[in-house]
This record gives sequence, structure tokens and C-alpha cells, in this order.
Amino acid sequence: MSSVRTDLSTPTQGRTGPHQHRMQKADPARTGVLLSASGLEKTYHKDKVAIPVLRGADFQVHEGEFLSIVGQSGSGKSTLLHLLATLDQPDAGEIYFEGNRIDCLPTVSQDILRNRYFGMIFQFYHLLPEFTTLENVLMPTMIQLGVFRYWISKSRHRKRAIQLLEMVGLSHRLKHRPRELSGGEMQRAAIARSLMSEPQILLADEPTGNLDEAAGQEIMGILRTLNQQHNLTIVMVTHDQLLARQTDRIVRLAEGRVEAS
Amino acid sequence: MYKWLLISRYLKTRYIALASIISVMLGVATLIVVNSVMAGFGQEMHNRLHGILSDVVVSSYDLNGLPDPEAHQQEIRRVLGDDVEGMTAIIQVPAMLNYQYDGQWHTFQVNLIGIDDDSYARVSDFSDYLLHPDNQKRLSFLLREEGYAAGRKDFPESGWKRRRARAEYERVLQEEQLLDSPIPQVADPAAGEESLPEIPNFGGDEIPPPPFALEGSENPVEASVEFDPATEQHTGIVLGISICNIRSRDVDGEVHDYFLCAPGDDVQVTFPNSGRPPRAVSDSFTVVDLYESKMSEYDSTFAFVPLSRLQQLRGMVDQEKGITYVSAIQVKLREGVDLNKARDLLQARFPAMQYGYRIETWQDMQGPLLSAVQLETTILNILLFLIIAVAGFGILATFFMIVVEKTRDIGILKSLGAPSRGVMSIFVGYGLALGIMGAGIGTVLGLLFVKNINQVADGIGWLTGREVFDPTVYYFQEIPVIISPLAVILVATGSVLIAVAASLLPARKAARLHPVEALRYE
Repeated sequence: MSSVRTDLSTPTQGRTGPHQHRMQKADPARTGVLLSASGLEKTYHKDKVAIPVLRGADFQVHEGEFLSIVGQSGSGKSTLLHLLATLDQPDAGEIYFEGNRIDCLPTVSQDILRNRYFGMIFQFYHLLPEFTTLENVLMPTMIQLGVFRYWISKSRHRKRAIQLLEMVGLSHRLKHRPRELSGGEMQRAAIARSLMSEPQILLADEPTGNLDEAAGQEIMGILRTLNQQHNLTIVMVTHDQLLARQTDRIVRLAEGRVEAS
Repeated sequence: MYKWLLISRYLKTRYIALASIISVMLGVATLIVVNSVMAGFGQEMHNRLHGILSDVVVSSYDLNGLPDPEAHQQEIRRVLGDDVEGMTAIIQVPAMLNYQYDGQWHTFQVNLIGIDDDSYARVSDFSDYLLHPDNQKRLSFLLREEGYAAGRKDFPESGWKRRRARAEYERVLQEEQLLDSPIPQVADPAAGEESLPEIPNFGGDEIPPPPFALEGSENPVEASVEFDPATEQHTGIVLGISICNIRSRDVDGEVHDYFLCAPGDDVQVTFPNSGRPPRAVSDSFTVVDLYESKMSEYDSTFAFVPLSRLQQLRGMVDQEKGITYVSAIQVKLREGVDLNKARDLLQARFPAMQYGYRIETWQDMQGPLLSAVQLETTILNILLFLIIAVAGFGILATFFMIVVEKTRDIGILKSLGAPSRGVMSIFVGYGLALGIMGAGIGTVLGLLFVKNINQVADGIGWLTGREVFDPTVYYFQEIPVIISPLAVILVATGSVLIAVAASLLPARKAARLHPVEALRYE
């Protein structure tokens, strides 16, 4: 269990995981591996042209690890991350989370998985423009809970969201809309949002891709802190070799396969 | 939770959705107003038609009528039992009515109705439409001293006062004419005060007299030379108000009624007697009251005279057998009695093959008019509902736009774990919210409009310089409206359903968006 959850108050009691939904039995040989993929294949079709992106990618993410996936443009980094996050379905191959296969779960279970077990940040932050920073951070909890359950525990959730925003240094921007924030601030808000439901893994898709160097370093600092101090497992897709070198392990993707790690 | 928050944010920030709200609102408000006014007019018309025609009418095709109304009434009571509340016998005959005004003879084609002053008021709303308050309580065919239409603008002095003044004027005029004329004139004994051209006898002596003609009724025009119009009256007649008045505007645009004839004046009525073939019979009557039902057809054609007098004049009394003839028997039934069933019972008792009677309910008699109004209401409702359907398409288009605009947000929500069903319900809920707001505001506006429709009509009249309901055409003092709660609920619910239905397709599209493609959407 990551320390992000233990350090901050826990809003989600007695949660029911996706594991209750037709999950395959855990493989005892994979102990210590949080997330793994084997033989992942994905081909996109544009008009009638097939564009193979992943051609049998295998790789593993160990618990507490800060891993970066690097590769050239079009090498399939983001596709791999989307497949891991269950945002997309592989054409072939298997994905396991905590030893349970997740790529063939029903959509509803995958939704729960994304909502409660995975945290995601993106290159373009993807904050909802109609909501304030605080509301954006609260969004995963709002999605998780019904109106009544949310309202009766509203103050607890707000407190936690404010704590997370303080942690990323945005306590002075609670009521601001995304358009009133800088790029770095938006990405920090996105990180706070991804931590709201105490994820077991953080999937970051080019988190600094849209930021200047200083802001990028700031974000990297936060990610490193989360990994080192809170033991949060992080998978980061990047094309920046310098940033990749700051992580525990680098997975290189070339022509849809894992080259080296 | 996030769904409601998103819906409320979208409502606050997507102003384009306001257009949908306004179109739903206008559709709902218009439907409520039109329905209420149509229902009001319809009810008003129903009441008037019903009030005049009573419930069921047994009438004879024969101009001579059906014999022995008392026996018929007994039989009707036997057939219908306690359902009968009242009955009256009437004679209805086409007639020509003349009166003189300012030296000119005005002629009208009227529907002359002989009524029993006691029982007729009990089966119809006849007395409510009379102008003299005492006649409204109980009709008398005797002229009253004064007090007609108290407080009514433009109504001339009526009753005996008018009659005396007129007689005095005629007398003075006649004296002056006698003085001026080189040859002394002999007063025409045939027509109390005004002489009419003699009615031509088309058939000559070959025309048989009416079957039960009274002795001396060959020339029923009263021939008394001693008839003093200042103190005596002819048989009373109640005239439809439009026979007597002209309604028009003066130069200032003010509406005025000009009464060419009023209670106290005499009129000549010519009608066929019951002979074979019928001969024209003419008689003088004194107007004793006016009848204003505000149904222009009735007000411009009805003239009521006492039943017994009309029977005498038309020769509808068989003195040998001691029975009378009438044209029809009007039956008023108790509240809630099925009129069609009562009609069918009477039709079974008086089969058309045997009796040749026409037995109809008031709705049968006014069938074409009532069904025309019904059809008009239905078509108007359909057309107006199309307005809301158009609003529905507006919502559809707006929502598709919003879905496209919000594609990335939908991707974000999905990446955060929002289920497709949740995304769909955001847009369906949004449509529901727009529908409820539009229908709610529309209902309130529509009801307010209906409540203040007369002021609104005045306002529109003031703005456009034309009255919405021209009083020279419509006799309504106020626009009649009936708000049917059921219609309001149906209209409001229907519009909300249309709004929800219109949001379903865009919502489905949003729910089916692929999260990765949605996130990549620029």
C-alpha cells in the first residue's frame, strides 16, 4: 500500500475492486509485479491502411518503481500507456494488474479500475474547463460516489482535496478555473486529481511535454517525491532522455516492441 | 454527483442552450393560451347553443306541425320517466319582419318562434338573454313601463314611455299633414299607425283556408279603428337584438349601438299559415323586449311570440276536436342523463317511418358547427405542438454541437472512470433540465397571459391601433378562457418528453465516444 494513502486521510472505505468481476487467478510467479503486459499488439486503421503500432510488447512494472517508457514518435509509447490504463483494448496480448488480467474485463469494471486504482496525467493536463481547481481534484470522488454518499462526506473529501493541492503547491488556486492557471499549475492540479482516489499506480503520458524546462523539472520533482516519499509506482511516457534518466528504469520502445529495459 | 454538477455548469455556461429553452417556453406558452381561449370560446358557444336548444327536440317536418302536444308530452314523460326535467311546445316558422324607421321600411327574414311564456323559460336559458330584469325573472308579453337594459350605453328610452311619446309624435304629424293637405286624408284602418302595402293574394280564391282557421282570421291584421297606440299594444314580440340595432364606430373610433327599433315599437310580421298550399298571414306585434344571446346567428334571426297567438294566426287549433298543433317539443333532461340514449328511446317510441318526426339532441342539431370547432381545435393543437417539436430539433442540433464541443471533456471523464451510462445521463439530464425549465417558464407565462388576456388584448389593441376582438363583430365583453389543468399538464409533460427525446441521440453519441480518440480531439 502506498504511503500517499496512509499519509492522507482515506475517503474511500470498503471499496469493491474490479477483481470481483470475472478476474483470472493471480500468477504466483509474478509476485512484486504490479502491472505487466505480454505480447501486446495494436494496429490502428486509417481509411483502409493498417498501421501496426505495437507488435508484441512485453514488460513489467514492479511495485514502488518509477519507470519511464521512451521511444521515438510513433513508437507506440502512448498507445502502450492507454492499453495499460484500459482506455483502449489490445488486439492481442494480455495485461495483468496485481496478477489479475484486466484487458478483458467488462467496461464497467475497467471504469472502476481507472477511477480507484489508476491515476492518470496527460501532456495537455485535461482539466475540465467549467470547474475550479478544487472541483477538478474532487472529480474522481464525485464520479465514484452517488449524490447522497458524496454530500454526507463532502467536507472530508474537500479537506483531502485541499491537502493534495497544498502538497503540489496550489493551495492559493483552489477557486481558479483552469484557464486562469499556468501550464505548470494545471499539471500540478492534474497530479492532485490523479492522487484523489489513492491510486496504486500513476500513469503519466508526457507530463512535461507541454511545459518549459523549469516547470517540467518542478513536475518531475513532484513525481519523484511521490515515488520516493510515498512509494507510489509511476509509469511515465516521455521522449525526453534527460527526464527519463531521472527515473529508476527506462523501457525503450522501438517499432512496437520493447527494446531494452 | 458529477452529472448534476456538470448539468448545472452547462446550464450556466452554454448560452446557446437558452435558445432551446426559449423555443420550448414559447411553444408551451402558446399552446396553453390557444387551448384556454379555444376551450373558452367553445364552452361559451356550447353553453349558448345548449341553452337555446335545450337537450332533445322532437320536431315535425310538416309545416302544420304535430298534433296534441299535451299527449305527446305525456308520452315522452312516460318513455323517459324521471329523467325529464321540463318540456315545452314551440312553433317555429320562417317569417318576414318589417318595421319602419325614419320613413323607411326595414325588412328582415326571421325565424318566428311561438313559445309558451311559462314553460319555455324552464327548458332553456331564454330569459337570461332578455334585457328587462323583470322579464329575466318571468317573461311577460306585455310591454313594461320602462327599465329596459338599465345602464346600457346607447340604449334608447323604451317601454310605454317610448310608445306614448311615439304615438303623440305620430298624432301631431298626422294633424300637420291634414292641415297641409288640400285633400283631407282618411286614416288607414288596416294598420294602426303605419300602412303596409297590401299582401298580394297569389292564389286568389282557389286557395283553401287553413284547416283550423279561426273565423275572421283571413285578414288577421288588426282592424280596430279605435286602437290607440298610446294606451294599447299589439301582441307582444321579443326580437333578437341584431334585428333592431346597428353596431358601428363613430369618427373617433368609439363603438356605438344604434337602435332602429326598441321595446314599445310596433312591427309587422308575415308568415305562412298552415293551409295547403300555405298562404301568407300578416299581423302587427309590439316589441316587448330584446333578446341577446351573443350568438349572432340567433340574435339576428329569432323573434319570439306567444304560442297561442301564433297557433291562432296560423290556424293550428282544431276547435272541433279541441286540440292544437305545434312544430316541436323541446325536452330538458336532468343533469348527467345520456342525451343520445334518451334520443334513441324517443326514436324507438316515435319511429320515423310511422311518425315522420325528427328527434335530435342539441349536439345533433349543431353537429357541423360543433365538429368544425372541434376539428379547428385539434388542428391548431397539432400545429402548435409542431412548434415544440421544432424546439426539440433545436435541442437536438444544439446538443450535437455541445457533444462535439465537449468531446475532450467526455474523454477526460471517461479516463477518470466515468461509465458510458453516466456520460449518457449527463446529456439526457441536461435535456430534461432544459425541458423542465422551458416548460416551467412557458407554463407560468402562458397562465399569466391567460389570466390577463383582456388586458393583453387591450395592450395589443393600443399598440396596433386595432382592437383584437372588434366589438362590432364580437359581442363578448371579455375574452372567454377556460384553463384545463389536464391540458396544461399534458402540454408541459409532452414538451419535457420531447426535450428528453431530442437529447437521447446526442447523449448516445457522447456515451459511445472512444476515450482515447476523445482525449486526442482538438
